[in-house]
This record gives sequence, structure tokens and C-alpha cells, in this order.
Amino acid sequence: MDGSAAQARVSPGQRAPAVVRVPVSLRVNGSERRLEVDTRTTLLDALRDGLKLTGTKKGCDQGQCGACTVHVDGRRVLSCLTLAASADGREVRTIEGLEQDGTPHPLQEAFVRHDGLQCGYCTAGQIMSAVALIEEGRAGSDDEIREFMSGNLCRCGAYPNIVAAIREVAGRGDHA
Amino acid sequence: MTMRSFTYVRADSVDQAVTEVTADPEAAYLAGGTTQVDLMKDEVFRPLRLVDITRLPLREVRADDDTLTVGALTTMEELAAHEVVTDRLPLVRQALLLGASPQLRHMATMGGNLLQRTRCRYFRDPDVACNKREPGAGCGAIDGFHRMHAVLGTSPHCIATHASDVAVPLLALGASVRIRGQGAERVVPLTEFYRVPGGTPHVENVLEHGELITHLEIPLPPRGTRSGYLKVRDRASYEFALVSVAAALLIDDGTIRAAHLALGGVGTVPWRVPRAEELLRGAAPGPDAFAAAAEAALGGAQARRDNGFKIELGRRAVVRMLSTLAEEP
Ligand SMILES: Cc1cc2nc3c(=O)[nH]c(=O)nc-3n(C[C@H](O)[C@H](O)[C@H](O)COP(=O)(O)OP(=O)(O)OC[C@H]3O[C@@H](n4cnc5c(N)ncnc54)[C@H](O)[C@@H]3O)c2cc1C
Ligand code: SF4
Ligand code: FES
Ligand code: FES
Repeated sequence: MDGSAAQARVSPGQRAPAVVRVPVSLRVNGSERRLEVDTRTTLLDALRDGLKLTGTKKGCDQGQCGACTVHVDGRRVLSCLTLAASADGREVRTIEGLEQDGTPHPLQEAFVRHDGLQCGYCTAGQIMSAVALIEEGRAGSDDEIREFMSGNLCRCGAYPNIVAAIREVAGRGDHA
Repeated sequence: MTMRSFTYVRADSVDQAVTEVTADPEAAYLAGGTTQVDLMKDEVFRPLRLVDITRLPLREVRADDDTLTVGALTTMEELAAHEVVTDRLPLVRQALLLGASPQLRHMATMGGNLLQRTRCRYFRDPDVACNKREPGAGCGAIDGFHRMHAVLGTSPHCIATHASDVAVPLLALGASVRIRGQGAERVVPLTEFYRVPGGTPHVENVLEHGELITHLEIPLPPRGTRSGYLKVRDRASYEFALVSVAAALLIDDGTIRAAHLALGGVGTVPWRVPRAEELLRGAAPGPDAFAAAAEAALGGAQARRDNGFKIELGRRAVVRMLSTLAEEP
């Protein structure tokens, strides 16, 4: 933890706390997980570095790309702007939690079928966002899908195929 | 991780939260974190104590005949989905849904939204001078890159745009915030809440350190009022406004009986234009009245090298918003 660089900027007279650690318990993909984190740790880093759930990706780390999208208490959020400490006690769902008994989620299959990815870096975020989008009832038309997926950027420009994958699953209604 | 280390406190009551922050000049509130954590990562904010208010019971939305009272921790998505907002406040609903992204709207709270900080890139860059970040340092934007910056309410010390979308319709409707300080509560209309930069760009509103916004109070316009929010931006979605317009009109018998108008993306604060509202009231809805209102709306606008286009864009957006409303069946 790089406490020294941060504290070097503290002006004289201000208290400069050493690293502060807090206990956090999360229910991640159905199991209870406990960890102790530096208060500065984001939910994204807690998932990736603390719990080794590296399916969730870090793109911009500043709320702009959607690669880090996970569900907290059933709502899609950005884990890079969520502090792990603030998520204490919450229910978290990540891309690792979508499959059921070894069967991928219908959206995961649809992304493969429709080629909804190239490099794959944005894909976990796209899929987590899309699962929520369908649950929110906002996949009624291609325009609606595009608008309500606008928080997920794809540098490879796989957008048309992403929309096609979502459209197919939303239309079939077996997305739960 | 370059963020400065801090103590984390989860507030269980409004009183505890206010006491914690008031007592410590280095403390700050944490709501959805979409501004607070973002700016802590950039080291623009460097609190030593973060008081998490997300578990406080301030998430209720209540309506009576003429007011919608919104708990400050209600998220943007929750408010947009509320039946009274859907039914009677289209301008608020549209501004909410045209802001940020779904993920951000599920996190972002209404109190936090009103207090979000400017997107001026120099404010976020500790290597460039910025009076808002460091009083007296200078302003990197005035001679720098300022295409997105304000043309109304500017000063020689700061020309940063206030970036909130939903503050614009709220201001137009005459909404207020309920504020709790230590031992005292006060209600401040949004028209008196924000401060133009003048010589003190670091002061953005009337909140004292430690004061907490607990509720928003939104007056409901009379039934039959038509309203909307027009947002003009560089890309179709997930982008801040270049110019935006919130308007509400009550038209009866070929005459405008009530008018509300405010602009976003052009002012250092969300910009309500009482003069334009006066011109509209009593007039026949049509090109003449709308052009006059648009002229008044941008009155006093001051262009710099790169942002002069916002003045004409703003006028046209006002005319288009008002015409769209007038043409609604
Ligand atoms: C990529 C991106 C795009 C965005 N696009 C848009 C957009 O198009 N339109 C738009 O309007 N906004 C946009 N936003 C801004 C977003 O809406 C705000 O960041 C958000 O509303 C802030 O709310 P929050 O709950 O996350 O606040 P926080 O970040 O938790 O808090 C914001 C500030 O307010 C203080 N605070 C919070 N709540 C209270 C309270 N109740 N009383 C007193 N102080 C309080 C905090 O200490 C902090 O200083 C965007 C943000 C990002 C990151
Ligand atoms: S416009 Fe305001 S916020 Fe931007 S650099 Fe100048 S002083 Fe700072
Ligand atoms: S990594 Fe979170 S939005 Fe980009
Ligand atoms: S597949 Fe490469 S970023 Fe989307």
C-alpha cells in the first residue's frame, strides 16, 4: 500500500493517519465473504485483489467506461467508484455468479453466438449491465437497449453484436 | 493507490453525521461516491475522515397535493421511476434519465447530485492552476481549453460550468433544499443556494461545513402544465450538456398563464431566467414570444475564445423546447 506517496502531500500541521483498515463482510455470488481492507479500497479492488474474482475488469477506474459493472443489492453499479467499506453487508453479484450449475447464463451464450466481443475486456461489464437492463424492463427496442447500455463503452466497437445478443435474450424471456 | 488515507465512519443518525463532520474540518460526507470517490482518486479531495451517510433514513419520497418531498439519499433512478415524477414532472424525469449512465444513476443520490463538482478538466488536474481548487492560484481555463465552459455568471476568476442536469428543472420549478446543521434546520430555495464564482470560486453554495441536505422540496406545477428537458451534447448519450433547457408552460385559451425556464451547461450555476418567464407570461405561444424569451435567457452572456457558439445554441434550444411544448396536443 502506497501510504508514503499519499502522505507526502499532507501539509504541515495536519494529521496524517497511517493506513486505516476496516473489516468488511459481503455476500458475493451467494457466499458470505469476510475481509479486511484499507479504507481506500474500492469494491473493484476488493473483488479482484482481495477475493481473486478477476472476471470484473478495471478499465478507466473513474466511472467512465462500465468495465467494472457489478450488481449490488440487485442494482447495477460501478465497483470502481464504490468503496468496499461502504458496501459492507451488501449482496454483490459478479460475472462469476451468473452461471448456474456449470451452465452459462443465456446472455453469456448469446454474446458468444453473436460475436458480442473482440478483445473481451469490456465483456463482463457489458453482460452484467445487460442482465440488469433486461430485469429493469428496458430492452424493449434497439434504441432503448442502446440508450440504457450507454454506460458500457467498447473500445473494439462490438456494439451491433452486443445489441443483437441482448435483443435475442430479452425477446425470449428466459433471462432470469 | 495515491488516495490519501482516511478514517471511515458510518453514520447511524442524522445528528451523528452532522456532529462528526461539523467537529472536524478535515471530514466529508460520502453518499453515492460518484463525485466524492472520483475526486479523491484525483487527489482534488483529500479528507482525513469520511462519514458515510448512505444508511441514513433519508430515502423516502412523499407527495401531497402541491409538493413532492424527496429524501436526499433517494437515487436518481429511484426518483425518475417515482409515479408522481412520471405523472407530473416530465422535465425532472427527462433530466434524470438523460444524465450520466444507468450504473451511475443507481449510485448517485439527489443530495449528491446537487453538490457534484464541475467537470472543468483543470479543476481535476492538480498540476494546473485552478482558483476553485486552490484559492488565488489562477485559472487554467480562461486562456486554456474552454469550449465546454460557461458564458453566464462567469468572473475573471472562474468560468467553470455547473454540470448537474436535474438541478436545472428543479431550479425552474422553484424547488428548495432542507438543510440540517448542528441544532438547526433551514430551508433554502435553490435560486438562493448556488453562488456564482465572483472572487471566491471555491465557494459554490451556501452550505456551511458540516451542514447536511436532508430533503428536496419540489413544488408540483398545476395539472395541465406541459414540461420538458432538452439536452444538447456532443454525443447521443452518456455525456454532459453543452446547453440544456428545462421549461414548463401552462397554456390556456391561447395564452401562456405560467412559465418556468432555466438553462444548464451555460452557467457557472444552474441558470433560471425570471425575465424570460415574465415575457412569456400573458403572451400568445408562438415564434415571437419564444424568440423574445430566448434573447432574454442568454442576456448578458459573455463569450471567450472557444465557447461563443453556446450563446446562439442556447437561444435556439430555448425556442425549440418552448415550441415543442406549445405543439403538444
Ligand atoms: C462519468 C460520469 C458522468 C456523469 N454524467 C452526468 C450527467 O450527464 N449529468 C449529471 O447531472 N451528472 C452527471 N454525473 C455526476 C453525477 O450525477 C454525480 O456525481 C452524482 O449525482 C453525485 O451524487 P453522489 O450521491 O454520488 O454524491 P457523492 O459523490 O457521494 O457526494 C458529492 C458531494 O456532495 C457531498 N454530499 C453528498 N450528499 C450530501 C448531503 N446530503 N448533504 C451534504 N453534502 C452531501 C459529498 O461530501 C461530496 O462532496 C456524472 C458522473 C460521472 C462520474
Ligand atoms: S474555470 Fe474555474 S474550475 Fe476551471 S480552472 Fe478556472 S478556476 Fe478552476
Ligand atoms: S473501471 Fe469503473 S467505470 Fe471504468
Ligand atoms: S470487446 Fe474489446 S473493448 Fe469491447
